[in-house]
Amino acid sequence: MAVGAPVIETHGLRRAFKTRKQVVEAVAGVDLTVRPGEIFGFLGPNGAGKTTTLRMLATLLPPSGGTATVAGCDLLTQPDRVRERIGYVSQAGGSDYEVVGRLELIFQGRLYGMSREDASRRAAELIEMLELEVCADRPVKTYSGGQKRRLDIGLGLAHNPQLLFLDEPTTGLDPQSRARVWDEVRRMHDRGTTVFLTTHYLDEADALCDRIAIIDYGKIVAEGTPEELKRAVSGDVVTLSVAGPQQAALDALRTQPYVREASIEDATVRLYVDRGEVAMPAMLRRLDAVGLQLLTIGLHRPSLDDVFLRKTGRSLREVAA
Amino acid sequence: MKLLRDTWLVFGRYFWIFIHNPAWVAIGVVQPLLYLVLFAPLLKSIASAPGFPRGGAYNVFVPGLLVQLGMFGAAGVGFSLIAELRMGVIERLRVTPVSRVALLLGRALRDVLSILVQSLILILLSIPFGLSINAIGIVVVLALIALIGLLTASVAYAVALWVRSENSYAPIIFTSALPILLLSGVLLPLGLAPQWLRNIALANPLSYAVDAARAVFLGNLGDPSVVKGVVLMAVLCLVSIAIGARAFGRAVA
Repeated sequence: MAVGAPVIETHGLRRAFKTRKQVVEAVAGVDLTVRPGEIFGFLGPNGAGKTTTLRMLATLLPPSGGTATVAGCDLLTQPDRVRERIGYVSQAGGSDYEVVGRLELIFQGRLYGMSREDASRRAAELIEMLELEVCADRPVKTYSGGQKRRLDIGLGLAHNPQLLFLDEPTTGLDPQSRARVWDEVRRMHDRGTTVFLTTHYLDEADALCDRIAIIDYGKIVAEGTPEELKRAVSGDVVTLSVAGPQQAALDALRTQPYVREASIEDATVRLYVDRGEVAMPAMLRRLDAVGLQLLTIGLHRPSLDDVFLRKTGRSLREVAA
Repeated sequence: MKLLRDTWLVFGRYFWIFIHNPAWVAIGVVQPLLYLVLFAPLLKSIASAPGFPRGGAYNVFVPGLLVQLGMFGAAGVGFSLIAELRMGVIERLRVTPVSRVALLLGRALRDVLSILVQSLILILLSIPFGLSINAIGIVVVLALIALIGLLTASVAYAVALWVRSENSYAPIIFTSALPILLLSGVLLPLGLAPQWLRNIALANPLSYAVDAARAVFLGNLGDPSVVKGVVLMAVLCLVSIAIGARAFGRAVA
């Protein structure tokens, strides 16, 4: 994990919206720390406050309260300096259907103060990097969904920002395009760019992010690496069966120090452990020592949905559906 | 310096979009032609009506048409902005360090350019029909039209950013533009109007612009109404640019 001063640090960040009848706290006091070089995922159901937080951090929406430092600059007093250092790709994207992709990239670079030559060179680089050669000189309206998303990400990268915000980068994409966007994000990560992305896909947060924060009703309910979060909630589950009565296996294993809980369900022994990869070899040795013959064994890890369920009392899959 | 560069950049982008849309270019050229072919023939007979100002039908009507072109040519520009809001273009631009004034000015100047080209076509095509105007007059009147266009476009963009939907934008813009236009004496000189209507018109800034344009077309460049009209439009222009730029800078939820 990279070290150094945090790229994003917020304290009590909040945002209220006034509707006709009441004030709605879309973001109700968010404390976040994002470290340099990491892929940070902001996971939560629609309407949880993900996009509102992102838009505040990207200088688009003034916070109603709290403080934030983004890319080393104070969000409230130095929004212009924040803008120079960050890239932002919204859900809608940001490219104009009527404009040619390459010109969008050049224009974007020039908005950050690049000369025409530098901006053209950078656009060519991005087109190659994002594999947009086939469509770069056509208007955006002719692009496939995946091509457009890659162009939009290119716009966010035009000035080589140290921090890139991606709002739901893979929503609405087919699985293949989705995998390519993931690859792109990993490549940015390899080049040292810090990526802050929002998602309501569990597998995306799990597969892509170094650390995640789970947000619900405007508040962060959990934060950590996906592994830590899952472990903190329920640990791993090892299921096994032996020849003969299962009770013998249960009795042999339930007293072991690494087993938190054990039970028999459907003629299978279920053992709750902190870390399955450590517990499993020990279990095998123990069963061997008491002379039991192992028939099946499996390791089940809790998903982020279990984390969400435990923290909010609801399943993210249900909420998202 | 940054403001100029940014404005030029933004102008360049929107100019590119404009000239790559053949429909816009065609409309730009055809519109003044339509005014001349379908409207000007009506002028001959009405010019002899009592109370009609002196100075030839074309010299009375063309200035009004130009002011109308300046205003209505810019009133609809918010539609394209609303489409861009939907595509995320505006949000993308607002995240860059580009000047907020330039975001407004760059695109509004593109609109002004298209209005000026149309105005020039209208003026030049009217000359063979009997319009008399000299080069300085053309320059002054184009400057006036440019100010009206810039003023209207800035307000139109601000309204588009506030309402963010075509369904609200269209009624707001067109129901407010129509009385302003009717009360300015654009279509027929207010000299023909009853006193109460003339009193209301006094409160309408656009009527001063029309007066100024008419004075120029009647060859009275030194007339006080010219300075009055130009200065009034310039001041309102600055105010509307400030409002429009604020709308671009302000967060839109």
